[in-house]
Amino acid sequence: MANLHPNSGDPKVTYEYRRKKHAEEMRMQVITFTMMIFFTVIAFAAVGAGFSKWFVIPFVLLLAVVQVIFQLYYFMHMSHKGHEAPQLFMYSGVIVAFVTILAFLTIIWL
Amino acid sequence: MAAEQKFTQHTWPESPEQATLEGKNKFLGFWFFLGGETVLFASLFATYLALKDSVPSDTHAKATDLFELPLVFFMTMLLLTSSLTSVFAMYHMKNYNFKKMQQWLFITVVLGLGFLGCEIYEFNHYYHEFEHKFTSSAFGSAFYTLVGFHGGHVVFGLSWIIALMVRNAKRGLNLYNAPKFYLASLYWHFIDVVWVFIFTVVYLMGMVG
Repeated sequence: MANLHPNSGDPKVTYEYRRKKHAEEMRMQVITFTMMIFFTVIAFAAVGAGFSKWFVIPFVLLLAVVQVIFQLYYFMHMSHKGHEAPQLFMYSGVIVAFVTILAFLTIIWL
Repeated sequence: MAAEQKFTQHTWPESPEQATLEGKNKFLGFWFFLGGETVLFASLFATYLALKDSVPSDTHAKATDLFELPLVFFMTMLLLTSSLTSVFAMYHMKNYNFKKMQQWLFITVVLGLGFLGCEIYEFNHYYHEFEHKFTSSAFGSAFYTLVGFHGGHVVFGLSWIIALMVRNAKRGLNLYNAPKFYLASLYWHFIDVVWVFIFTVVYLMGMVG
């Protein structure tokens, strides 16, 4: 069988290295998950506590954006190499999304 | 590398989802689709925000009357946890551990079904207790279109993952089906991304008025 790991002459070394890398990545994922749970709890608590809506709305929106960045970059691996095209697609989508929402809201509210 | 080639844990490539040209193309095409989905959901969110609480008379329920935090919190936890379990599944996919991948995908499906059950209960509750219907007001139409469309994505995602699990149960992992599992898990994460905005924009912002 041809060597599938061109960076090392010894497949065994790359194998163990990769296993370790995957395990480390997994630990990062669990930390990400814990933080996402934490943000969710904070967001619900902020609404449940009955603060002013001028504080709560921007606050929960900010938490949502942070949580989605975690999801995209860690759970969906957008932080990995070779994700330039996904970034182009997602950021283009987000720009159109933002303009769409802005347009609808200004039509109705102004 | 041929798609049907047999692998071991040692010969399994680093990014199996992109090891073949077909895998690379699927990866690119699927992200393009997700960019489009972002725009699609944005138009539904925009419609919802524009029509929120637009009811014909005061007898109709508004957002603050309808929503209850505990149920939405429980649904959020279910979907968020299912996102993590599908990450676990892909971790085992990258380590060429087919059996564990299938087990985690199964847990993902169970959690997704739990979420779906809650949503059906929720819609049923609004319909019977509050007369909050698709046709009762602009608010009702916008609400059920947005949240229902997300629910439809959950149904499709579950069907997709179940189909992959059943179809490949005896085949094991190879470079032909690794991209399929990987993309199904991306789709599942995207469903959670949309849900984060739904629970924030629809439920949490709905509760504060």
